[in-house]
Amino acid sequence: MQRTLEKGVEILIKTCGYFTSVVVILIVIFLFKEGISFIGSSPVEEGFSIIVSKSNSLQSITSQQAKNIFDGKITNWSELGGDASDIKLFSLEDLSKIFSEEELGNDFENSDKCIEKLLDSIPGAMVAMLDAALPDKHALNVLPLDKITLYKFLADTEWFPTAKPVGVFGALPLLLGTLLVSFMAILFALPFGLAGAIYLAEIADKRVRNFLKPLIELLSGIPSVVYGFFGLVVIVPFVQNLFDLSVGETALSGSIVLAIMALPTIITVSEDAIRSIPSDVRQASLALGASHWQTITRVLVPYAASGISAAIILGVGRAIGETMAVLMVTGNAAIIPYGLTHPVRTIPATIAAELGEASFGGLHFKALFALGCILFIITFVTNYMVDSISRKRKI
Amino acid sequence: MIVFPDSSDQTKRWSQIFFFGLARILSIFIIVILLVILYFIISRGISVISWEFLTAAPKESMTQGGIMPAIIGTLYLILYSMLIAFPIGVMAGIYVHEYSKDGPVKRFIKMMTNNLSGIPSIVFGLFGMALFVNYLNFGASILAGSLTLALLSLPLIIRTTEESLKSVDQGFRNGSYALGASKLYTIRKVVLPIAFPNIITGLILSIGRVSGETAPILFTAAAYFLPKLPSSVMEQCMALPYHLYVITTSGTEVAKTRPMAYGTALVLIMIVLVVNLVANLLRNYFASKVKMK
Repeated sequence: MQRTLEKGVEILIKTCGYFTSVVVILIVIFLFKEGISFIGSSPVEEGFSIIVSKSNSLQSITSQQAKNIFDGKITNWSELGGDASDIKLFSLEDLSKIFSEEELGNDFENSDKCIEKLLDSIPGAMVAMLDAALPDKHALNVLPLDKITLYKFLADTEWFPTAKPVGVFGALPLLLGTLLVSFMAILFALPFGLAGAIYLAEIADKRVRNFLKPLIELLSGIPSVVYGFFGLVVIVPFVQNLFDLSVGETALSGSIVLAIMALPTIITVSEDAIRSIPSDVRQASLALGASHWQTITRVLVPYAASGISAAIILGVGRAIGETMAVLMVTGNAAIIPYGLTHPVRTIPATIAAELGEASFGGLHFKALFALGCILFIITFVTNYMVDSISRKRKI
Repeated sequence: MIVFPDSSDQTKRWSQIFFFGLARILSIFIIVILLVILYFIISRGISVISWEFLTAAPKESMTQGGIMPAIIGTLYLILYSMLIAFPIGVMAGIYVHEYSKDGPVKRFIKMMTNNLSGIPSIVFGLFGMALFVNYLNFGASILAGSLTLALLSLPLIIRTTEESLKSVDQGFRNGSYALGASKLYTIRKVVLPIAFPNIITGLILSIGRVSGETAPILFTAAAYFLPKLPSSVMEQCMALPYHLYVITTSGTEVAKTRPMAYGTALVLIMIVLVVNLVANLLRNYFASKVKMK
C-alpha cells in the first residue's frame, strides 16, 4: 500500500518534470497551426469574390494592387498591364440600385445575369460581390488574387489588415519597427548597464553592493504597464519638447523606455559573468603591475566577453518581445520607420492592439498568429544563442 | 602576454580615478532613474489614494469612484494562477534536481524550461486565447487567464525550487538514506523542510510578476468595465494592470481619468514594493538562521 502510494507520487513528480516541455510543444502547435494556415490563403476577405469582364486579359492581381484599386489610386487596367479601359467599381449596394428587385430575383438568384449584363455594357467594370448573393453555379469571371506567400508576408511594405474587401498583410514595417526600437534600446542601455555591472562586480564594496543589488532587482519587478504609463506622461512629452515634434510618441520614446527596462537583465547577467572569472586571472594581471582599471578593461572584460554578449542578446530578446510599454509610447503607425523621431509599431504591439478586433478564425486573426510565430522564432533563436554561449563558457 | 602601453604611474592612477568615477556616476544614474519613477508615481498617486478609491467601483466612465473590482480581480488571478503553478512548479523542480540524471533528457527539459521563460508575454496571451478560450471553450474568464498566467510563472518557480534544492547539503540526504528512508520520504521529511523558505521566496516573487502582467490577460480574462464582481471562475474580471492601460490610453477625458491612473499605478507599484521587500526580508532572515547553525 505504502509502496504503491509512493510509486504514484513519484510518477506524478516525473509527469510534472515533463510539463514545461509539453507546454512549449503545445504553444508551438497552437501558434503555428493558425500561423501556417495564413500562408497560402487568399487575401480577399472570406465570402467575397472579385468579378471582372471575360474580355479582361489579367490573370490575377496582388492584394496591394487590389487595395490601390479600391482606394482609387489605380483607375485604369493598363496600369496593371491589362487593356486600356477605366476601372469602374461596383458593390452589392450599387447592383441593387441599378437593377430592380425583380431583375435580381429572390435571394439574388439572378444576380449573375445582372452582373453579366453590367459587364457587357461596361467592359472595365470590377464587381466586389458577396458570395452569398451569387448563385451556386455561375459562369462569371472571378479574378483570383495572388495567394499570400511567406516572402510577400515578410517583404511587403504595407500593413492594412482591415482594408475591405482585400486586406494587405506586409509585416516588414512591423519587423523593422521592432528591430529599430529594440536595438536602439540596447544601444542606450549598454553603457549604463556595463558600467553598472563593472561597478557592482569590481569597484563597489560589499555594503554598497548589498544595497544596490535589490534596487536593481526592483527595477525589473516594476510591471511593464507602469513603465508604459511613466513613459507616456514623462518621456513622451520630454521627447516632444526636445525635438519640437507634433507628437512625442516615437521610436525614440519607445527605445528610452525599453532601455530602462532592459537595464536589470544586462547588469545582472554581465555582473555574473565578471564575478565568475577565477581570481588568479585577476591576481596575475595585478602582479604584472597593471592598475585595477587596466585589469578590468584589458583582462576581465575581454575574459567575460562571451557572458557580456549573452547579456546583450538576452536584453535584445526581451526588448523584442516587450508589449505593453511599447504599445503605449511608440505611436503605433504601421509604416516603414524613417527615423527615431517618427512613430513606429512593433510586432507585439500590433498583436495586442488588433487581436481584440479580429474575428475568430478570420484572415486577420491568422495573420496576427503568424506575427506571433515570428516572435516565437526570434525568442527561440536568441535563447538558443544564449544557451550555446553559456555552455561554451563552462568548457 | 599583456602589454600596458601607458604604464607610467601617474597616468595609470589618474585614468583609474577618472574611469572609476565615471562607472560610479553611471551606476548612480541608474538608481536615480528608479527613484525618479518611484517618486513621480508616489508623489502624484498618494493624493488619489483614499478609502473610497480602494473600496468603490469606478463611476462616471472611470473619472470617479475607485478601483476595488480591479483589485479583487487581480487577487483572483494571483490566487488561482498560484494554486495551479505552485504544485506543478515545485514538483517539476524536484524532478529536475532530485530524480533526473545528467544526460540528454535532463538537458532537453532544462532547455525547454529556459525557452518557456523567454517566450514573450504576448505570445502567452495568443496561446491562452487559442487553447483555453477557444479550443477548450472556457471563454474569456478568470479560469483561462489564471491558467495562462500559471504557465508564464512556471519557469520562475521551477528555477527557484531547483536553486533551493541545490543549496541543501548532500549530507542530509545521505544521512536519511543511511537510516533506511526511501528517496521520496527523504525528500518529503528532510530536503523539502530545509529548502522550503527559499521556495516560498520564489513563490512570492512570482506573485509580483503575475500581478503586473497585462499582455497575457488582454484576451483571456480582462474586462474593460464590469458592473458587479465576478461570481465564478468562468466569468471575466477587471484587473489592475489592464485597468491602468485602458484608462491611460482609451479614455476620452484624459484630464479627468489621469488622477485615477496615478492612483492605480501607485497601487501596482506598492504591490511590487511590498512583494520585493517581503522576499528580501525572508531571504535575509533565513540566510542568517542558516549561518547560526
